[in-house]
Amino acid sequence: MVRHRPTLIINAHLVDPETGREEKGALAIENGLIHEWGHAIDASAKPEGALVIDAKGRVLTPGLIDLRAFVGEPGAEHRESLASASRAAAAGGVTTVVCMPDTNPPVDDPAVVDYIIRRARDTAGVRLIPAAALTKGLHGKEMTEFGLLGAAGAIFFTDGARSVANAQVMRRAFTYARDFDALIVHHVEEPTLSIDGVMNEGELSSRLGLPGIPKAAETIMLERDLALVRLTGARYHAAMISCAESLEIIKRAKDEGLSITCGVSINNLALNENDIGSYRTFLKLSPPLRAEEDRRAMIEGVASGLIDVIVSDHNPQDVEAKRQPFIECADGAIGLETMLSVALRLVHNGDVTMPKLFRALSTTPADILGLPQGRLRKGTPADLILFDPDEPFILDPEKLHSRCKNTPFDGSRLQGRVHMTMVDGRIVQES
Amino acid sequence: MSVTDAVACLADPPFPLYSRGNMSLSGREPRLFPHRHLLGIEGLSPDDILQLLDMAEEAVEVSRQVEKKKTTLRGRTQINLFFEASTRTQASFELAGKRLGADVMNMSVASSSIKKGETLIDTAMTLNAMRPDLIVVRHHAAGAVGLLARKVDCSVINAGDGAHEHPTQALLDALTIRRAKGRIRGLVVAICGDILHSRVARSNLILLNALGADVRVIGPTTLLPPGIENMGARVFTNMRDGLKDADIVMMLRLQRERMNGSFVPSVKEYFHYFGLDREKLSVAKPDALVMHPGPMNRGVEIASDIADGAQSLIREQVEMGVAVRMAVLEALSRHLPNAEGR
Repeated sequence: MVRHRPTLIINAHLVDPETGREEKGALAIENGLIHEWGHAIDASAKPEGALVIDAKGRVLTPGLIDLRAFVGEPGAEHRESLASASRAAAAGGVTTVVCMPDTNPPVDDPAVVDYIIRRARDTAGVRLIPAAALTKGLHGKEMTEFGLLGAAGAIFFTDGARSVANAQVMRRAFTYARDFDALIVHHVEEPTLSIDGVMNEGELSSRLGLPGIPKAAETIMLERDLALVRLTGARYHAAMISCAESLEIIKRAKDEGLSITCGVSINNLALNENDIGSYRTFLKLSPPLRAEEDRRAMIEGVASGLIDVIVSDHNPQDVEAKRQPFIECADGAIGLETMLSVALRLVHNGDVTMPKLFRALSTTPADILGLPQGRLRKGTPADLILFDPDEPFILDPEKLHSRCKNTPFDGSRLQGRVHMTMVDGRIVQES
Repeated sequence: MSVTDAVACLADPPFPLYSRGNMSLSGREPRLFPHRHLLGIEGLSPDDILQLLDMAEEAVEVSRQVEKKKTTLRGRTQINLFFEASTRTQASFELAGKRLGADVMNMSVASSSIKKGETLIDTAMTLNAMRPDLIVVRHHAAGAVGLLARKVDCSVINAGDGAHEHPTQALLDALTIRRAKGRIRGLVVAICGDILHSRVARSNLILLNALGADVRVIGPTTLLPPGIENMGARVFTNMRDGLKDADIVMMLRLQRERMNGSFVPSVKEYFHYFGLDREKLSVAKPDALVMHPGPMNRGVEIASDIADGAQSLIREQVEMGVAVRMAVLEALSRHLPNAEGR
């Protein structure tokens, strides 16, 4: 068997987020790499033995690159294994996933990095890349071995769902990380201020009798981190912002020339605090869903490019963890499989263009990670998806591939379905 | 629910009017209470509230007779499921159920399987399988009672869920006020103290607004929930301003763990600024009445001489508690299958 069969995808609506170029035509793949694409490609001149795929006019773009997904392997495979996460990702058009280090044991040792890379290679169809812990045991006290972990294959350093409260620890980590050109990704939430909170603080939390998380918990941590970036020159990415005030802070930092980036969860683009309704635990998230003005601000942030990336914040929780009173249940929602359809709402609503959306879903995340994919460029890996952006469906959680079904979009009307996902020039999912 | 909705509700009752079954407390054919559960004051129309208060008035008479026992709930099973310690609310519900003839079972968390890791929902399903007719639930988490209500077939009464609601407390407070003042509309009611953590304050705020009272909340800002000014209350952080011309002064309990530096600096400072004493009460109307849901911290939120004084309604509140709970149990029991199994 030929390792990489030459492939030609014809009749496609090609969208390249990197250049903004959009045209109908074909794309040729050789040795797992994009060879050439465009309207001028002669489909009849295909190489010997080539596989020809008829896109039937569907959109062909680079696959999504998700900087934030929690996978239960090792330690909580009942919630999500690397294999099940990969199936969910492939079905959702996500071709590269960065796995958070909040596992058991946590990813704070090169052996665990190595384990995940090997397990992913053996069991997963999409690219699953481990992020390593920023501090040992995710305790926020002592930095991990940035050099050795990075050499083992950890792509960046983060304490996942936790914030590092101690500024001295963070300063040292930022400073030391610079020597290895390591990227630090941080969940920006001041834990002493959010400690009891379970949702956005405001009138709604008061009515529900639930303790709130003020926006200041996020802005304080973000401002602190940026002050430390100015002090140390670290490569820094704020994992997710959720409110208009944070966007202002990001704008000021970027205007002054600080080279930082930030992300937003797909949930904060699609939902607001009112969706919690009568204590719906699938909408208990971190950062919390904020007010509608904040959601609008997040969309404008994506449209203006101030927000660099959109993440799924995929966080599978089993039934026991969610079938609890709101205060006591676990945070998180699954998102790998629904991220694209939900994000396409922004295109359908006219908030962003398709190339712009895919820059935040694919090209910019790749640039942040230093990966070649995430664009339609000759010589880059053929990590591609083919989807119909208009195809409507009602989300049935039972049909999702994730081992957990905690989706906030249960029963939602969505548009946009992936028909083929290709990684490294090979089809990993087809429907 | 707005007034328009309430009127619409009257014109077109969501359920057929009650026509047969157990005799009501008064022997009259009553309006069917249009809710299967009582999870909060939120969602009740002014008419629903007035119906419960009127039924409770009749229950007061029953409780003052030598023969206190009724047969309305004969053969029915009532479970009092308390995940949080409570003396008076549990006793009040127990007595209310027994006076209506129900078989009452008390379950408290200390002896239950919750401590062994059983989830709330499993507990609910287990109890449901024992076929109770009414479950009275208190839980420390907001929304927990509503969650439980979705998993059982019987009627559920919220006896307090976290900082969310405590509807029977608000009803008994309203009954106490109405009996003492003859009305609720137009009265100035000042709710004082730890509003932030208080389900009693939330339920009272909704109920008193629904019945047309002028509601104020008074407390240090650390103990006021954000956005409270949009929930139908005027906000004061000074007792003398807030109590001026008040008809009713409703004091709230301050939990011990919140007294020492976390929300207020000390008991001493709290009592100085927010404790109800004779001097602060003097700015209220001369005939102002004082209430407290109990249990009281004497010398923290209320001076002993006020609690025991002529203006205090605190003991009356306890009596009304039993009556209101009898009314609620009876109103909900009208949805239960009757003797013919209908």
